[in-house]
Amino acid sequence: MKRLLRASGATLFAGALLLLWQALADRQFISPVFFPPPSRTLGELWHQVAQGQIWAPLAATGYRMFCGWALASLAGVAVGAAIGFSRAAREVLEPLLEFMRPLPASAVVPVAILFLGFSNAMTVAVIAFGAVWPVLLGSLHGFASIEPQLADVAAALRLSRAQAFVKIAVPNALPDILAGARVGLAISLILAVVTEMQASQTGLGQNILLAQRSFRGPELYAGVVTLGIVGFAINHAIMLLERRLLRWRGAPA
Amino acid sequence: MKRILRGAAIPILILLLWEAGSRAGLLPMDTVSRPSHVAAALVGALADGSILRATWQTVEAALLGFAIAAAAGVLVGVILGLSPLLERTVGPSIEALRPVPAVALTPLTLLLFGFGLRMEAAVVAFACVWPVLLVTVAAVRGIEPRLLEVAQALRLSFPSRLRKIILPAAIGRVVVGLRVALGISLIVAVTVEIVMNPRGLGYGMIVASQSLKPELMYAQLLWLGFLGWGLNALLTRALGRWHGAFGPGMQP
Repeated sequence: MKRLLRASGATLFAGALLLLWQALADRQFISPVFFPPPSRTLGELWHQVAQGQIWAPLAATGYRMFCGWALASLAGVAVGAAIGFSRAAREVLEPLLEFMRPLPASAVVPVAILFLGFSNAMTVAVIAFGAVWPVLLGSLHGFASIEPQLADVAAALRLSRAQAFVKIAVPNALPDILAGARVGLAISLILAVVTEMQASQTGLGQNILLAQRSFRGPELYAGVVTLGIVGFAINHAIMLLERRLLRWRGAPA
Repeated sequence: MKRILRGAAIPILILLLWEAGSRAGLLPMDTVSRPSHVAAALVGALADGSILRATWQTVEAALLGFAIAAAAGVLVGVILGLSPLLERTVGPSIEALRPVPAVALTPLTLLLFGFGLRMEAAVVAFACVWPVLLVTVAAVRGIEPRLLEVAQALRLSFPSRLRKIILPAAIGRVVVGLRVALGISLIVAVTVEIVMNPRGLGYGMIVASQSLKPELMYAQLLWLGFLGWGLNALLTRALGRWHGAFGPGMQP
C-alpha cells in the first residue's frame, strides 16, 4: 500500500511536469516550432513507432555504439590487465595515459575524419577511443589491487601463473571492469550521436540534426526522448548483467 | 626524476619515429603532418593570440554552464536531501531525464538560443547538473541527524540553518561532485563546438581539419590535452589541500 502511494506520488509529479510543459507550450510564449507541446512530441514518437520509421536509425546508432563499445572493452581489458599486472609497464605507460585520458573524445573526431573520412570505421574508431578509458582504468585498478593474502593463497596452492590469473585476478578485477564498461557504454551512446551529427551518418543523431535544420520541432523533441529511453535502457541492461555476473559476491560491499 | 624520464620515454620515441618517418617521406603529410610543423603551428597560434582567444571562448562557456549547474544542483540537492518524501516524488523524473545524452540537446538549444555562448552554456549546464545534484542529495542525507535536531532546537531560520549547519556538514562531499562536473564541463563545451557552435577550440579544430591544415589541428589537439591535464592536476591538488585543511573527518 505504502509502495503504491509512493509510486503514485512520483507518477503524479511526472504528470504535473508534462502538464506544465503542455500549458507553457499552449500559451506559445515561444513559437511551437521551437517548443512544441508534449502531446505533439509524443504523438510524433508514436507515429514513428507505428509507421516503423524509427527502427532503421535506432538500429544504425545501436550497431555503431555497440561495435565501438565492444572494441573499447576488449582493448581496455587487455591493456589494463597487462599494465595492472606488470609494474614496469605501469611506470612507462601511466604518464602517457594520464595525458590522453582527459582529452575530450569528440576532439579526435577531426583527426579521425582526416584519416578515415566520413565512414562507419571513423565513427567506430572515435567511439572506441572515447569509451576505452573507463574500462582501461577499471581493469588496471582491478588487476593491480589484488589482496596480498590472495596472492599468498595462490602461492600456497601452487597455482601456476595462468591459473592464478583466471581464478584470482579475473574475479578480483571483474567488478571494476564492469563498472568501467557501464560508464563506457554511456560514453559510446554520446559519441555515436556526436559522430552522426558531425559526419552525416544515418542514425538518431542525424535525425535530430535534420529535424532542427528543417524546423520540425516535434520530430526533434521526439528524437531527444528516444535517445533518453535508449540511454535509460542500456544503463539498466548492463546493471542487470552486473548483478548476474557478480552474484557470487553476495550483498555489495 | 627517473620516473619522469621513464614516463617520457614512449612519447619521445613516438615523436622521433613520427618525425623521422615523415622526413623520409613514409608518412603522408596531408594527414599525419610532422611534429616540428605541429610545434611551429602551436607557437604561431600562441603568438598571434588566436588559440588563446579560442581557449577563452571555450572556457567561458564551460565555466558559465558549470556555475549554473553548480548553483541549481546544490540548491535542488539540498532540498531533496532534506525531504525524503520530496525525493521519492521527484527522483524518478530525474532518473528519466538524466540518461538523455547532453549533445542530443545541441540542436534543441540552437533553436531556443541561436548560436553563441548561451546555447553552449545551456548544454554544459544540463550535462554538469547531474553529478552535483546526486552527490548533494547523498551528502545532505548523510548529515548526522543530531546536527539537524540541534538546528531545530535552536530555532534557526532556514537560511541560517543552511549556512551554519547543512552546507558546512555536506560540503566535503559536494566538492567531489563539483570536481567531476568541472571536468565534464570542458569536454561538453568542446563537443558542442565540434558538433555545431562556431566558436572556441572545438570549432577551430574542425576549421583547421577542413582547410587541410593538419599541423594546426594537431597543435590545437595538443593544446587541448594540456588544458584538460592541467585542469585535472589543479583540481586534484586543490581537493587534496581541501581535505588536508578539514582533516580526515571530512573525507567522503
